Amino acid sequence: MEQRIAVLVSAIIGTLVLAVFAAVARSAHTAGSANDIAAAAARWRRIVFWGLSVLFVPTIAYSLTKTPYAHDLRSPGAVVQATGHQWAWDLTPATVRAGELVEIRVTGADVNHGFGVYDANDRLITQTQAMPGFTNVIRHTFTTPGTYRIRCLEYCGLGHHTMVSQLTVTPAQ
Amino acid sequence: MTSAASSVQAPAERAPYSAAPATPGNGLVAIYLGITAIVLALLMVFGLLMRASQAGFITIPPNRFYQLLTAHGIGMVAISGLGGAAVMWYFLSRYVSLSRGILLANLVCFLLGVVLVLGAIFVGGFAAAWTFLFPLPAKSLGVWGTDATACYLIGVLLVGVGFLLLFLDTGRAILSKYGSLGRALGWPQAFGNSTDEAPPPTVVASTVVTIINIPAIAVGAVILTMSLVNALTPSFRVNALLAKNLIYFFGHVFINSTIYMSVIGVYEILPAFTGRPWKSSKPFLLAWTATMLMVVAVYPHHLFMDYANPTWASVLGQVLSYTSSLPVLAVTAAGTLANVYRSGMTWNVTTSLLFVSIMGWSVGVVPAVIDGTIAINRVMHNTLWVPGHFHIYLLLGVVSMLFGFMYFLATSKGAADGALDRAAIWMYVVGGLGFAISFLAAGAASVPRRWAVHDAPWMTYDRIGVLFALIIVLGAIAFVTAFLRRARAIGT
Repeated sequence: MEQRIAVLVSAIIGTLVLAVFAAVARSAHTAGSANDIAAAAARWRRIVFWGLSVLFVPTIAYSLTKTPYAHDLRSPGAVVQATGHQWAWDLTPATVRAGELVEIRVTGADVNHGFGVYDANDRLITQTQAMPGFTNVIRHTFTTPGTYRIRCLEYCGLGHHTMVSQLTVTPAQ
Repeated sequence: MTSAASSVQAPAERAPYSAAPATPGNGLVAIYLGITAIVLALLMVFGLLMRASQAGFITIPPNRFYQLLTAHGIGMVAISGLGGAAVMWYFLSRYVSLSRGILLANLVCFLLGVVLVLGAIFVGGFAAAWTFLFPLPAKSLGVWGTDATACYLIGVLLVGVGFLLLFLDTGRAILSKYGSLGRALGWPQAFGNSTDEAPPPTVVASTVVTIINIPAIAVGAVILTMSLVNALTPSFRVNALLAKNLIYFFGHVFINSTIYMSVIGVYEILPAFTGRPWKSSKPFLLAWTATMLMVVAVYPHHLFMDYANPTWASVLGQVLSYTSSLPVLAVTAAGTLANVYRSGMTWNVTTSLLFVSIMGWSVGVVPAVIDGTIAINRVMHNTLWVPGHFHIYLLLGVVSMLFGFMYFLATSKGAADGALDRAAIWMYVVGGLGFAISFLAAGAASVPRRWAVHDAPWMTYDRIGVLFALIIVLGAIAFVTAFLRRARAIGT
């Protein structure tokens, strides 16, 4: 979902910006009044600036309600301890049930790692950093049973790309 | 008012490349640019090799891949700084009295630092990425040694010392001329009732760069030194979260300042071809001050996934991600469009590259701001979406500014664009956009960043990326060879 939004918004606004630049580039060989154009540009600058400002306020406000920091205060159904080592994950336990709130306590034993959770379609669904000296907590309810891959998402040395593990989600009882 | 544009003589007939007057430091600036051109081409080849390896076209062992990754990253940051410094120094020296000795000292520090960094990477095997996240430099599991770590950290420190000297000198020179940083930023005109002429855009931008970079480099030096002490004396430990904050503050401010230094070329050169002066209007002055304040506080957006970082810092990071780039980009993009629109200008390589650079900056900000949204960052952070957006505003933005400036200087001595130069522009733009989009698409498909070996389903993105990377590298080599052929004339 989030990936689709990112692609869609980037494509629309990016194409619009490219189109404006292309149109202006094509106009360059003709001559116009610099004063008139400066006045029009100032007007457009104000419209774009205030337009974006108006757009940004609700976007920022809404998106901040969706941060991963807003912890679900219910007691978790399962707690998984995840520790990143150069270059392997230690997951205890490595099996949870679908439908239950899972608290994943993530830390790094040696250097910074990134704890990325990929679903059965190989899409990243959530992540946090695995840092030495800190425990970052993910609270997530897996809705679909299956095998979820854990990939390292923070460069941690020679074996970074080999840091792949699995979390099994069994059907709800 | 001594406008930015008036300092560059507007050509009566708008003949291409007649606008680069001799400046006392031209020879040194030419050396800066020569090094920049060669290093840019080399690092682009490194990038091409990495993508080719991920695509399965060639085999690069992981240790060598991560060395290339480290060299590509630190090299691009440093060389963008060097090239940007050349642009800033060249134009700022027309308004204030800068020291050529300091310009030379920066170059010497840079070269010494580069020797150490290259030795650390390709002799010592150092491969902790350019971000040298604590405590990875000291914990390689035997892949590289303490000597390599020390060489790398001291090398980067030396490069930083050179830049610090340079910015202290620009600060000194600006203060000597304008009396205070506020006046150099045009505050009396922006916030007061002063009817005096505002400082030219070059001075305003240079003042901002000076103000933000001095603390950024100082903070960078602190974490480099702490990492060095940790490597030599492992019992000395640093809080990993504090280290990240320091590294990203330094890194974010410095890389942004490379845009702010390089964009001075746009303010100065484009008006010389369009005949429309670029003035320090009130919105322009306000925008630069706003960006200066926000760019130093936005770096927590690199730490959204560090849940241990204070939530208020992450919220601030998101809000400023949306707002920090807007002011300067808005006045610069609007200014560029207004400068070029129906100007009667004839396109050449210089103007094309400068125009493309602002387009690249404007487009690249879009996926960057989206990634600056915490809820989206959760599924985009450290995927290939990240190199996707920063390659747009660095490759198509900053590097285009640098190539545009090189052409401006080199061809001002009478040379004209050739067919190859014009073809290279299209190769650069098409290659750059295609290359960046291949990254963005891979990021949207959750392909992780900085992986030496890719799974088979990801290789389609890699192979498309290689094709476009090849096109952009060929375009860049055409620019570089054209510049080097003509560079000797610049110092004369």
